[in-house]
Amino acid sequence: MASKLTLSNRAGWTFALPGFALIFTFIVLPFFFAIGLSLTNQRLLSPNPTQFVGLENYQQLLGLAVVTLEPERNDAGEMIRNEAGEIQYPRLRAITRSDDYPQYRGMREWFRWQSGENVMVVIASDVVFMKALVNTFLFVLVVAPVQGSLALMLALLINHRVRGINLFRTIYFMPVVVSIVVVSLLWRFIYDGQNGLLNSILQALTFGLFQPVDWLGNPSTALPSVMAMSIWQAVGFHMVIWLAGLQTISPTLYEAAAIEGASRWQTFRYVTWPGLRNTAVLVLVVITMQGFALFAQIDVMTSGGPLDSTQTLVFQAVERGYGKQDISGGSTISVILFAIVLAISLIQRWLTRER
Amino acid sequence: MAVNPDNYGLRLFVRYLVLCLIALIFVFPLVFMINSSFKPDSQLLADTASLRAFLPVGDISLNNYFGAFRRAPVGLFVLNSVLVTGATVLLSLLICSLAAFSFAFLQWKGRDVLLSIVIATLIIPFETIAIPLLLLVSKLPWIGLDGLHWGWLNSYRVQIIPWIADGLTIFLFVQYFKGLPGELIEASRVEGANWWQVYYRVVMPLSGPVLATAAILKFLVMYNQYLWPLIVVQQESYRPVMVGLGYFFQLNVAWGEVMAYLTLITVPVLVFYLLLQRAFIASIASTGVKG
Repeated sequence: MASKLTLSNRAGWTFALPGFALIFTFIVLPFFFAIGLSLTNQRLLSPNPTQFVGLENYQQLLGLAVVTLEPERNDAGEMIRNEAGEIQYPRLRAITRSDDYPQYRGMREWFRWQSGENVMVVIASDVVFMKALVNTFLFVLVVAPVQGSLALMLALLINHRVRGINLFRTIYFMPVVVSIVVVSLLWRFIYDGQNGLLNSILQALTFGLFQPVDWLGNPSTALPSVMAMSIWQAVGFHMVIWLAGLQTISPTLYEAAAIEGASRWQTFRYVTWPGLRNTAVLVLVVITMQGFALFAQIDVMTSGGPLDSTQTLVFQAVERGYGKQDISGGSTISVILFAIVLAISLIQRWLTRER
Repeated sequence: MAVNPDNYGLRLFVRYLVLCLIALIFVFPLVFMINSSFKPDSQLLADTASLRAFLPVGDISLNNYFGAFRRAPVGLFVLNSVLVTGATVLLSLLICSLAAFSFAFLQWKGRDVLLSIVIATLIIPFETIAIPLLLLVSKLPWIGLDGLHWGWLNSYRVQIIPWIADGLTIFLFVQYFKGLPGELIEASRVEGANWWQVYYRVVMPLSGPVLATAAILKFLVMYNQYLWPLIVVQQESYRPVMVGLGYFFQLNVAWGEVMAYLTLITVPVLVFYLLLQRAFIASIASTGVKG
């Protein structure tokens, strides 16, 4: 109840105003700014006036279509095959450059698959953005469960009161305080294809049987390499959050479990895990938000390459908004990214709600 | 449950072995970094193919450090980072604790709406607003000693002011303040203290732990910053340490000098961390307090 002692409109506003005004100006305002800018053709330092373009930026990024290519046939209706016996298809350009299909104009092939005699081709207005979208989701889908569970294992491992355990806790947490930029640079040496540490270690362990891999230079290993490094760097952060959660579980529950003769697994399943429910939500939300914000590792380690295999949403937003001075394009990606983050955290909360 | 002492000893040994192996995984890049900073480029690159990368062997010298200082204004970058980080941490503690004080102890119209807005910003990752914020700061006015300017790019203020207030810091303070005994505040009011006096005579002296937590979190964020200074600072004289690294990659890369620079900017943080590790770890743990 508001008593005379605490009801104080003027003091209340005066104390809160500086902080709130800063948050409003530098977080809330840019957020709505992003939505507004994504509907225009704003560029940084542009001589032309800004125009409202509606959803054009979104169409430019998200435009997607499937076209069917039918085999080329000769006059008798037989399929034409090349010398290797493969069926010949018309070129995609015949469609994306044709006046008959204005809706496909300027789109490019993303990927294709065979469907009976026909070939289905997925075309996108912006193939690089599509790759960034897929890579970002892949990153979160792999990193969230792996990092979360490794962090939990580490937390359980060091939650025992043995001599010197604090030293190990300190060491496991160490990469968290080091800048991700520094860490990413160091891992470039670890992943180097010619004389990288990882190749050297793997060759030593397999007595020279292992063939060196250019981890960051190969499209199929580049993204997994960035994932592995990211998991390594921040696992200590989440270990500490799990530890804080473990410490909220009452010791009497463990005593009771021991008296009942519960096995280790049963103790974990029926005492530890239920007690960690809220922590699990928090860890998952934090890892997901960090995953969608993936930028520094990419900028330092791969710049999105090779062959766009490590493009991410934030990297694309920065490349457009800053690199190409295309503020509206960068803002549009920001809005899409925020919509994804919001949707995912709502889903996570719903999945892990109290039942 | 009877414990066989021999068995217990063995289990303890295995436990420590596992702990040590995992510890190796976490420290080896840092050991590699420090070692390499003392080696000439040719040896550094050759050594990465063997265990020598982790040993200070061969041609050991401080040449890379001298080289790093010659190649880039390292001292200036460090000074910039210290200035930006220090100013932001101090201003953030002041402004966020004042706001939280108001949210936690005072009753006023609009309080709940404003607090909800602050809490809602927790879900906006900075990376999603970086680009529109770039446009905003490029057009903001500023009154300096030499009159009115437009645009904040290439300055200290663009690195400091947008980072002073954030939802997480305010939230941390609010949570902590709600745990303080309310009678203490009431009593000081009855004694005739005004709100400002309650803030700095009663509440602040009791807020050591949360001030440390908030300061450490802010320090880590600010000192390790990369994306924001990368896009708002082109001028060398305002560059912080992480962006100053770009200097070493112009034309040919001198890896030994890169390692020396990395060591120079990382080791102070690591020492700071090792001295205050309990506080560091507690600050991360308390971001996990459930609201």
